[in-house]
Amino acid sequence: MTAAVLSVKALHATVEGKEILKGVDLEIPQGEVHALMGPNGSGKSTLAYTLMGHPKYVVTGGSATFGGEDLLPLTADARARLGLFLCFQYPTAIPGVTTVNFLRAALRAQGKEMPAREFLNRLSAEMQELKIDESFRSRYINDGFSGGEKKRMEILQLAMLRPKLAILDETDSGLDVDALRTVADGVMRLCGPDMGVLVITHYPRILEHLHPDRVHVLHDGRVVTSGGPDLARQIEREGYEPILGTAVAATA
Amino acid sequence: MAIQAKELTKDYQYGFSDIDVSVFRTAKGLSPEVVASISKHKDEPEWMLKFRLKALDHFRKRPMPTWGADLSGLDFENIYYYVKPVEEMSRSWDDVPDSIKNTFDRLGIPQAERQFLAGVSAQYDSEVVYHSIREDLEKQGVLFSDCDTGLREHEELFRKYFGTVIPPNDNKFAALNSAVWSGGSFVYVPKGVKVDIPLQAYFRINSDNMGQFERTLIIADEGSSVHYIEGCTAPNYSSDSLHSAVVELIAHKGAKIRYTTIQNWSDNVYNLVTKRAIANEDATVEWIDGNLGSKVTMKYPSVYLMGERAHAEVMSAAFAGDGQHQDAGSKAIHVAPNTTSNIVSRSISKGTGRTSYRGHIKVLPKAHNVKVSVRCDALLLDEESRSDTYPYMDIENPDVTIGHEASVSKVGEDQIFYLTSRGISEMDATALIVNGFFEPFVKELPMEYAVELNRLLALSMEGSIG
Repeated sequence: MTAAVLSVKALHATVEGKEILKGVDLEIPQGEVHALMGPNGSGKSTLAYTLMGHPKYVVTGGSATFGGEDLLPLTADARARLGLFLCFQYPTAIPGVTTVNFLRAALRAQGKEMPAREFLNRLSAEMQELKIDESFRSRYINDGFSGGEKKRMEILQLAMLRPKLAILDETDSGLDVDALRTVADGVMRLCGPDMGVLVITHYPRILEHLHPDRVHVLHDGRVVTSGGPDLARQIEREGYEPILGTAVAATA
Repeated sequence: MAIQAKELTKDYQYGFSDIDVSVFRTAKGLSPEVVASISKHKDEPEWMLKFRLKALDHFRKRPMPTWGADLSGLDFENIYYYVKPVEEMSRSWDDVPDSIKNTFDRLGIPQAERQFLAGVSAQYDSEVVYHSIREDLEKQGVLFSDCDTGLREHEELFRKYFGTVIPPNDNKFAALNSAVWSGGSFVYVPKGVKVDIPLQAYFRINSDNMGQFERTLIIADEGSSVHYIEGCTAPNYSSDSLHSAVVELIAHKGAKIRYTTIQNWSDNVYNLVTKRAIANEDATVEWIDGNLGSKVTMKYPSVYLMGERAHAEVMSAAFAGDGQHQDAGSKAIHVAPNTTSNIVSRSISKGTGRTSYRGHIKVLPKAHNVKVSVRCDALLLDEESRSDTYPYMDIENPDVTIGHEASVSKVGEDQIFYLTSRGISEMDATALIVNGFFEPFVKELPMEYAVELNRLLALSMEGSIG
């Protein structure tokens, strides 16, 4: 069995004093695609932000390691440099900072700098794959972008930065069918032995494109059940209620 | 690391001072005798002496302005009003004293730049020490000299315009400048001549307690165009310094003047400048104005739109660090019909720094079909930073289109998190956001100035984290 790249044990976290994560356990072996599902308010996005190190999310118990290193004392930039990446549900605009300048700054920070020509060639190729217009190179990052454009820009960053594990936080929300396909194809092209994915979603639709190895269901701050791809199909057919009903009954 | 960064900001980069090479200076303080001795030393005509003395009178009668920044630290009696560093004007670089060359070297004025720049008028203390005009400009009839030379060699032209845009009784500090002015630039561009390379002047204060009262007069005759650039840095001294310049621009029919400034005074300087332009029919005046440093800056570049279809463009950026107050803005006075103005202001306050946008738009009764756009955005870096907006509008003609937008924002936790989640350190993330905020201003600058401004910003940002 491959060693886990991400290992989360009994993780507790609060946001503004309110406990949201109440003992999350999660193991993702290197290069695998896992899905984290669950109804609204179950703590999915909180887990993503907590793992990435947002200062508003305070860990109150448990552990999280990445590639064997303790994540919890590290700032967000240090976690990124270890190879963790978060695809934001609501990416932030940075006016005045162009896509090109932003990407170069990020690559430099991660020690992945490359010669200008190589950088621009790679950028062009990746933008073409994601059907992003050339003009976005010199546009300010996420400034005035539509929802779909923002999501594509997240995947473009993923493609340029090539992390070890990408957490996709509801990347499918607000996308039409075509945009969803482009984004999902982009992720599928990138994931493999060098890059694993944790897809956070409450719709099984994106999973038809991403073919997860494992599916976990988060409820009330805990992973209540895990399974293979069948679990996602079951949720699609029957909703969360039958699963949560038995799971909650089992833990009671 | 944090301590090191803090020391960097404390150790002001340009805060060195060369051995004082002054050969003549007036006594400290201000009196008719001091004013007369400045005029006598410059061998000026009688009318200029009278102009100066009358201005001194205005200065003494006017109360200190109380509507803007705190000026209570100013002591007019503890300032030298005139210091002359070298005996003669230097025509050739070889004649410039070595210690002065050293100062320029340390300021990083590139040698190569002088080869292709139209002329370099580098003011050292109150007098211009180095001045060259490229031959082709001379052939076109373009006059570019220090203001004293302008008066001496082109008295008739000089007298026709001098003090017509900003009369000595305009305000207390314009009066002070009018009484004791020295140096600055004089530019005349003849009809139809387009000066295609920027005219540049570098200057810096270099004598403790030395007031700098330069005077700039630029006349663009019909259909001509010119871009004038000034940039300056000042050494850091323990006692307060005063900089009070007057800049007058006259754009005749169809002419275009762009005036670019980047100022980076050390944090003990009072920078109180009056800048005003007249734009006649179909003329365009553009002020590009960047203010960093100083203890207090009060500066409101103005354009009087006197002729039909005249256009004013003012783009300003201000950065106020700890203990600094940048009170800046712009004025557009629409006198003629079909005139337009576009004002963009960006300001950043860091630590206890404070920025104020103070603007005035006036549309006179006869000025119909006027279009005005004002946009000012402020960015606060810390909890204690402060920004205020004082937009005055005085509209006497109903046929106007006015757009006014203002915003104050903080560097958001979410913006920092977004950038740091890509591996960028918190300090670099803040610098990216700050540079991005000034981007609309920076892209108006010539390349070397854009680079210098970004460098100065980076320096000002050091130590802001942790």
